Amino acid sequence: MTDVMVVDVGTRACLVEVDDAVAAASLATWVRAAGLPAEEVVPAARTVLLDGVDPAAVRELLPRWAAQHAAPPGPLVRVAVRYSGPDLARVADHWGCTTEEVVDLHTSLEFTSTFCGFAPGFAYLTGLPVERAVPRLESPRARVAPGSVGLADTWCGVYPTASPGGWLLIGTTDADLWDVDRAEPALLAPGTRVRFEARQ
Amino acid sequence: MTADGPLGAVEVVDAGPLSTLQDRGRQGWAHLGVPRAGALDRGAAALARRLVGGGPDDAVIETTVGGVVLRPHRAVTLAVTGATCAVRVDGRAVAHGAPATVPAGALVSVGPAVTGVRSYVALAGGIAVAPVLGSRSTDTLAWVGPPRLAAGDLLVLGPTGQLPEPPPAVVVRPREPVLRLRRGPRADWLDRTGWSRLDGASYAVAPDSDRIGLRLTGPRLERRSGELASEGIVLGAVQLPPSGQPVVFLADHPTTGGYPVVAVVEDDDLDLCAQLRPGDEVLLRLV
Repeated sequence: MTDVMVVDVGTRACLVEVDDAVAAASLATWVRAAGLPAEEVVPAARTVLLDGVDPAAVRELLPRWAAQHAAPPGPLVRVAVRYSGPDLARVADHWGCTTEEVVDLHTSLEFTSTFCGFAPGFAYLTGLPVERAVPRLESPRARVAPGSVGLADTWCGVYPTASPGGWLLIGTTDADLWDVDRAEPALLAPGTRVRFEARQ
Repeated sequence: MTADGPLGAVEVVDAGPLSTLQDRGRQGWAHLGVPRAGALDRGAAALARRLVGGGPDDAVIETTVGGVVLRPHRAVTLAVTGATCAVRVDGRAVAHGAPATVPAGALVSVGPAVTGVRSYVALAGGIAVAPVLGSRSTDTLAWVGPPRLAAGDLLVLGPTGQLPEPPPAVVVRPREPVLRLRRGPRADWLDRTGWSRLDGASYAVAPDSDRIGLRLTGPRLERRSGELASEGIVLGAVQLPPSGQPVVFLADHPTTGGYPVVAVVEDDDLDLCAQLRPGDEVLLRLV
């Protein structure tokens, strides 16, 4: 086992530290499949929180993970977007290209939901290349409309509900991102692959 | 919550500033960004359930500071625990922390908290509200679960089982205002000076404390500078934002956060957090 460290969080939880969000998502999937009894398995940017566990059992289990680093690909979801966000031109300026080229790039990438947080169903999507990293707004908007598609650093995300937010907004979708009555309430649950499609 | 079912219902006459339904909380959804929620003072909620013969998963009403006024449409046994408050049935005082059977149509007033913050009302038979993602708890961060109670709501009651033998007396000892802390996953963001400053320090409860977090004001804790990537948070996590003023995360805490968790409050001390009022002093002690 390499690149994995376990840090205790109180007496019945621990954080497993890994290299990046993709490794965290993969570890979370693997831990669930391995049947470790945990109340919560929460992948994040560089860690997986295992809550409601015996940390000793986690330390015993984890060495078996290294060999299976890659998670099986998750389901692919296509999200139709109207690229008319208030920050589309700003992203184009930042990238030194036209707004059409922003749309072309955004729709050409395959994103992966690595973790959720911030609000139910808000997924942190990886897939934007490092050289396309964008800044956040200097002061967040008080209200971002539900369905807004935003970028921040190398993350992409879609706001499931109205909330404050500081990400640069490039478009809007009608996709139903969060529905507690659905078997899988989050459309973009961790592991899901996402492709955005331009809609007029 | 809209129809008067065959088993009867309890009408919410006045919901007070914040009354919600709470059970033991929602488990297994944190990875989708859903807080755990659940009664903040778990011991008081469990006691209320036991007093009316309820099961461990029954929902109770959690009121915040201002109390709640109810009118049962059928005779029902109820019990009020948690923050001490005057409990009146049609103006007559009944005991706090004891079961009371009230007739149909009576006005049950759970008064404002005299000490503490949150009172719990358990109703025999339980409250038959449809669970959302496996729980009848409302979280006040993402608002997953039944909506907060409002005047005019009708809470449908479940079938009543056998009432338990009344306990001889319920003695709830006052809790010492001490939060015992264990070093947390990012304990190294505080240096030795920071730790010696924290251990044994007295902090005041800030007015913006809520079900999400107990915000403390007191000695400023200087922590290592820098950025921490967002990571999962547990109940009782003590997060240290750049202000240097600690926040203890409670039941409605976000599932991930970007400030270092330097310590974790002992599980047995979390119920105390539910009852600390703004301005109360609390001692932090490292174990």
